[in-house]
Amino acid sequence: MSANLAAETLAAYTTSSGEAFQFWVLGTVAVAGALCTILMRKAVYSALCLAGTMIILAVFYLANGAYFLGAVQIVVYTGAIMMLFLFVVMLVGVTAADSLKETIRGQRWWAVVCGLGFGILLTAGIGNASLTEFAGLGAANSAHGGNVEGLAALIFTKYVFAFEITGALLITAAVGAMVLTHRERTERAATQRELSEQRVREGKHLPPLPAPGVYARHNAVDIAGLLPDGSPSELTVMQTLRKRGQIRDVSDEALADLKALEQRSEERLGRDRDEEEANR
Amino acid sequence: MNPVNYLYLSALLFTIGAAGVLIRRNAIVVFMCVELMLNACNLAFVTFSRMHGNLDGQIIAFFTMVVAAAEVVVGLAIIVSVFRARHSASVDDASLMKL
Repeated sequence: MSANLAAETLAAYTTSSGEAFQFWVLGTVAVAGALCTILMRKAVYSALCLAGTMIILAVFYLANGAYFLGAVQIVVYTGAIMMLFLFVVMLVGVTAADSLKETIRGQRWWAVVCGLGFGILLTAGIGNASLTEFAGLGAANSAHGGNVEGLAALIFTKYVFAFEITGALLITAAVGAMVLTHRERTERAATQRELSEQRVREGKHLPPLPAPGVYARHNAVDIAGLLPDGSPSELTVMQTLRKRGQIRDVSDEALADLKALEQRSEERLGRDRDEEEANR
Repeated sequence: MNPVNYLYLSALLFTIGAAGVLIRRNAIVVFMCVELMLNACNLAFVTFSRMHGNLDGQIIAFFTMVVAAAEVVVGLAIIVSVFRARHSASVDDASLMKL
């Protein structure tokens, strides 16, 4: 970093070639991560890609002389915010697969067209501005003895009201989040007896749900039990697996494969047993 | 390389985030795209701070981070409570007030 700063004070038109190399390599990865964020179908993958992009942005902050912000970016964004996202994905995620059906016709194409137009507009705006030379942060960072000290001097003098207000905002947000997610139980929870009486009244399914796989050849929880006519009954697999679509196939071919496998292992075991007896 | 390249990268990330907000319909992913846009703005602020040689840009980026943290907390709480009420995190399903 000190080499960077020295280069900045000497040449105000270009950065060091090391920083240029870092920019092109990590910038590519950052853009790829951003694209993955919007293209991945599962929200967990999106969150992880976004976390990668944010870490790369932290490196860019460090390269730009914003040492404090670089550390804060890692701690606050990748440490706190993205983990919060992951928690919510875990709470909500299982059934929240994005459907590919368009509700507004042609919305996706128009979104892409708008995005392209917006990007071209932004790029053209930056390209038109005359931004060939830059001052560098060497002087500003060393004025108060360092980046953190310089930021502190600004926060607690010029921006002290904004700082106080953001404090109030954070407390309000924390209380608001607790109020929004807190659920007071307004009525008593139904007892087991009431639940069974309700089942009898509805007359839909009186006994407990059938166990998985008891009519199939295996007792695994993800294998649907077979009905007397040979068709699999989805009712036997637990709700979570059903919603995730993780029920194992129990078609005739799969069962035949399983049977062949069992027969082979049986033969193998029998052969081993014969050999043992022969050796004895 | 001139630091203006960081501005181009920031514009690109902002555009990708904006397109994501328009394309995706899972509320959580839409929210992540908003975060991406905020981050792109922060990168632009930090770069401007370096170009002009003063720290005000970094202060603004710092405040953006604080506000983003507050926004994420409240937004995710809203998503969770909407999910509890109607068992869906799709932004299309929240159309109760539509005629």
